[in-house]
Amino acid sequence: MPSLRLPKLLRANPTETWLIIVLVAICLGLSLSSDKFFTIANLFNLLNTSSTNLIFAVGLLVVLIAGGIDISFAVAASVVQYVVAVALLRIGGGDWLIGIGLAAIAGIALGAVNAALIHYFRIISIVVTIATFNIFFGLLMFFTRGVSIYNLPEWWTHRTMLIEFQQANGNWTGLALPVAIMAICVVATWVLIRHTSIGRQLYAFGDNPEGARRLGINIAAMHFIAFGWLGLMAGIGGLVQVHYAQEVVPNALIGRELDVLAAVVLGGARLGGGRGTVLGCILGVFLVSVTQNGLNLLGISPYAFKMIIGAIILIAITLSNAPLGRMVAALRQRSGT
Amino acid sequence: MTDSLAPTAAPKRSLPRRLFAKIGAENIGLLIALVVVIAFFGTLSPRFLSMATFDSVAFQLPELGLLTLAMLMPIIAGGINLAVTFTANLCGLTLAWVLHANGGPDASVFAFLLGSVLAVGVGTASGFVMGPVIAYTGAHPILVTLSMMIFLRGLGEFLTRGADISGFPEFIQPLGHGSLLGVPIPLLILIAAVIVWHIMMTRTRLGFSNYMVGSNIEATRYSGIPTRRVITLIYALSGAMCGIAGIIMLSRFNSVRVGHGESYVLITVLACFLGGVNPFGGFGKVVSVFLALIILQLLSSGLNLLGASQHLATAIWGIMLVGIMILRWAAGQLTFLRITR
Amino acid sequence: MNFAVPMEESPVPVLSLSNVSVTFGGVKALQDVGFEVLQGEVQCIAGENGSGKSTLIKVITGVYQPQPGAQIIFDGKPVETMSPAVARAAGVEVIWQDLALFPEMTVAENIGIRSVLGNVPRLVNHGAMRATAERLLARLGADLDVDAPLRTFAIAQRQIVAIARALAGDARIIFMDEPTSSLTQSETDLLLNIVRSLAAEGISIVFVSHRLAEVLEISSRVTVLRDGKLVGVFPTAGMTQSRLTELMTGKTFDQGVRTRDHSASPIVLAVEGLTRAGDYEDVSLTIRRGETVGLTGLLGAGRTELALSIFGMLRPDRGRILLNGTALDLRSNRDAIRAGIGYLSEDRLALGLIQPQSIADNMVIPVLDKILDRGLISFSKKDELVARWIDDLAIKIGLPTDAISTLSGGNQQRVAIAKWLAVGLKLIILDAPTVGVDVGARAGIFEIVARLAADGLAILLISDEVPEVYFNADRVLHMAAGRIVAQYDPRSVSLSDLEAAVYA
Repeated sequence: MPSLRLPKLLRANPTETWLIIVLVAICLGLSLSSDKFFTIANLFNLLNTSSTNLIFAVGLLVVLIAGGIDISFAVAASVVQYVVAVALLRIGGGDWLIGIGLAAIAGIALGAVNAALIHYFRIISIVVTIATFNIFFGLLMFFTRGVSIYNLPEWWTHRTMLIEFQQANGNWTGLALPVAIMAICVVATWVLIRHTSIGRQLYAFGDNPEGARRLGINIAAMHFIAFGWLGLMAGIGGLVQVHYAQEVVPNALIGRELDVLAAVVLGGARLGGGRGTVLGCILGVFLVSVTQNGLNLLGISPYAFKMIIGAIILIAITLSNAPLGRMVAALRQRSGT
Repeated sequence: MTDSLAPTAAPKRSLPRRLFAKIGAENIGLLIALVVVIAFFGTLSPRFLSMATFDSVAFQLPELGLLTLAMLMPIIAGGINLAVTFTANLCGLTLAWVLHANGGPDASVFAFLLGSVLAVGVGTASGFVMGPVIAYTGAHPILVTLSMMIFLRGLGEFLTRGADISGFPEFIQPLGHGSLLGVPIPLLILIAAVIVWHIMMTRTRLGFSNYMVGSNIEATRYSGIPTRRVITLIYALSGAMCGIAGIIMLSRFNSVRVGHGESYVLITVLACFLGGVNPFGGFGKVVSVFLALIILQLLSSGLNLLGASQHLATAIWGIMLVGIMILRWAAGQLTFLRITR
Repeated sequence: MNFAVPMEESPVPVLSLSNVSVTFGGVKALQDVGFEVLQGEVQCIAGENGSGKSTLIKVITGVYQPQPGAQIIFDGKPVETMSPAVARAAGVEVIWQDLALFPEMTVAENIGIRSVLGNVPRLVNHGAMRATAERLLARLGADLDVDAPLRTFAIAQRQIVAIARALAGDARIIFMDEPTSSLTQSETDLLLNIVRSLAAEGISIVFVSHRLAEVLEISSRVTVLRDGKLVGVFPTAGMTQSRLTELMTGKTFDQGVRTRDHSASPIVLAVEGLTRAGDYEDVSLTIRRGETVGLTGLLGAGRTELALSIFGMLRPDRGRILLNGTALDLRSNRDAIRAGIGYLSEDRLALGLIQPQSIADNMVIPVLDKILDRGLISFSKKDELVARWIDDLAIKIGLPTDAISTLSGGNQQRVAIAKWLAVGLKLIILDAPTVGVDVGARAGIFEIVARLAADGLAILLISDEVPEVYFNADRVLHMAAGRIVAQYDPRSVSLSDLEAAVYA
């Protein structure tokens, strides 16, 4: 088969290229099979509902790049939601800036707990975050008795729209404020990992921790920045989710961590560290939400969605880890053809 | 730095030291912890040291124990199986479906047996999918078992629409609630499983290979062990054990819910580490893990009696997991200091 | 200090150490060692494992602190306390054997990694990094795509990237730890050329290498360490490998060839026209019962690939492998083992033995079938088998339950051999059996090999150290570029002629 001289950009980023192709294919397919897909209302809705997950995803991306994993961030987000709600009640309202500030502090603090355990006691991140997941969740449910908070400040629950217009059929549609917050988080993460020295150090540390140590990279800083960033994103994501849900429900976000992890891994980040891009993250998250959206529009049961997503991820992981060339070579080794 | 060519005979050790070595430092530590927990809760609540407590532990322990056994071999092989609980639930669903298809509450024993076989089969099948993917493509076990878990959860919710499935024959009751000579049947099944697992891990080639593969899979392969087959079998057995767990859970609760036991993954991992399994693979003993499980279950029952909520117990388990890893780290530091004296 | 060459005109050395002593626990890693590097010279540090080579480098780079009394002088100016930062500022760079590079990052990012270090966050200048990388690579005469991830490059190119990275830090002295151990001959030649051109520019290069032939070829002086003490600094002109070995070990080796005639013995292994595209071509050889056939050649010649094919792990495209007259159809190494072929890997640490597991467990891996009792592993049979082989090969251990990692290199290798002997082999392939084993312990290994041959085992001995095959094999096969190009009888060819033929 003659090799195609693909543009260098595409060759250098095979995962992202594949994702774009698949995403475009799915979008095309959906716009053909459902006339509701390619409408402004639907697309805006897609953006709105993906915001929380995308904020979580770019946070988790940084941790994966640094060679770790964290499954406690969704629970941490729930804790932050509660803490911020209670704090805002105390100070009598506040606004987005104060809210984000509080969420940032709380989220980073929780992330720092993970980082400290991983760094100072040399415990692997999967074990630490399984533990903190349950510690945070257990304590949250214990202290809150599972009670939701409905009494939230006006600015938090009021549907603030960035752009809004009325459609022909009389319905209003638009992009909500969280989309702007999401965009800021995404861009900030992109700047961090692509354009700052700290970001390069994170990649190096995830790629070859021993090599990083020998270069004199501050290992503690790596751990705290990675998990702190995820904590920050988790906090902000939690705030955004409350904006949509209009209430704080302690166990609303449970289970989200696995969906986000799946999306980030689909987007090309590797569990071993050193790899991953913001673009891949965005594509992974949208692939998942577009698929869900599409299944919804096609009238397929929402229960089928999880199943299909799980199968897709399993296949994707299998394929990405066994590049066809290597598998063919392995077969040749065994059968002598 | 030359090698001496003189052979050395193994030094003889005294009886108490040999006994100590036979039981194992790990187990002695756990037995002490067991005594401490019983003493602690026994003094705080007089109702703790009663038949009721023993019964509650003895009935609740098995499903957790079987799931822990399912988690054990993959961890020793250097991996993990995050899909254990949903695999078990799906196996239970399989059994439920067979029973429903054969009369529901009026189903025959034969239907039950058939359903059980199929249930174990489904569990084994999930292992036969995950195992080869991990073995032949080198994909990370966390991701593979995670995606299988997501898939099974989705499949289960799709089939049940999120509802509980019940309506099973009466004769299943004893399996989940009956006793034989005073010992609860589920506990007997667990003990039997522990014995089988112990023999398998210490005395069979598969068990032996499990340890070697966990420490260094390439070197094991170079020595002639079919490592890919070994990994496939390990995950298949893990799935099979999930099947048994699913059957027990069905008979215990007389219903199947896809999301049942979502938090169990933590406890199985915790029990393994508490029981001395090396998080990176290659080392771990069934008996120690079993002891660790008993301790954890007693802890839970004790907290229950004191009126603490299940959520608090969950948090405490999390703290315990961290605590054990910190203790391990501290022990490692002491050994290191001793060596580099 | 013991300088064997009179210093006529003494230029100020770039780096000079004296009275360096380092002690760990009770072990004296370095005792009163002196060391010196002149500008623009290529020097080598030679010594056995444990002689103190890495410790010396770590003192120079400030990782270890020497005991009071030591003097470290850079460009004539004494340094109070050495630290990694001071060393780097003075222009000392170390390229360790594992290279410590980042495979997922691009070549440009690897070369320019120093520009993104430090705790103060700042923006990355991608364009400047790429320009620097291209400039440095051009200086080294290498043409690599700076935007490609490092993992797409082979070891030889990664090494060049490592050197470029050192140069990016304005290196004045570059230490290289075993740089040629994974390179083919042509790659080694390229590397040595780069080293020469850097030296001509005034940069000093210090090699640590056990490849004595290369040591003598490239460096002008060699510093010999033994047991933490300085033996001396010697000019390489006129130095021979055997003299160097004597200096390193303190022993003289009186060796004669062991060649014996086995033409009357039955053929055990016959390889006919074996070919595997890209690895080896049209290989035919025979090994008789009790015979030791040596296989030597440079890296890249295909020796290990050939060995793995005989062992069933790499399927050949064409040709036959016959054991005792029967053609073998090997689908995996299990088939080879069952037929009676064993393989001692050259990478003992990663592939030959499982370091954290016990000695006993390592020994029984290939023979689990032999210690079964009614389908289950019998501990008594296992203990018996293990005890027998420990005794037979005189392996010095504490307890059979100790981890392999507690043993010395030589004893570990004995366990690795014992593991295969327990299988009941007809043929054993020893691939570089003395790597990581001290020169002093190697004799013990080869005594075992000779004994195995006397017992009737057919042995294929692979080594890239020509003296090893010369002194321990009955016949020597020279493999180059995938083909067997010549066969030698050690009785009728001198060691130096053989070395010349192989290294040509």
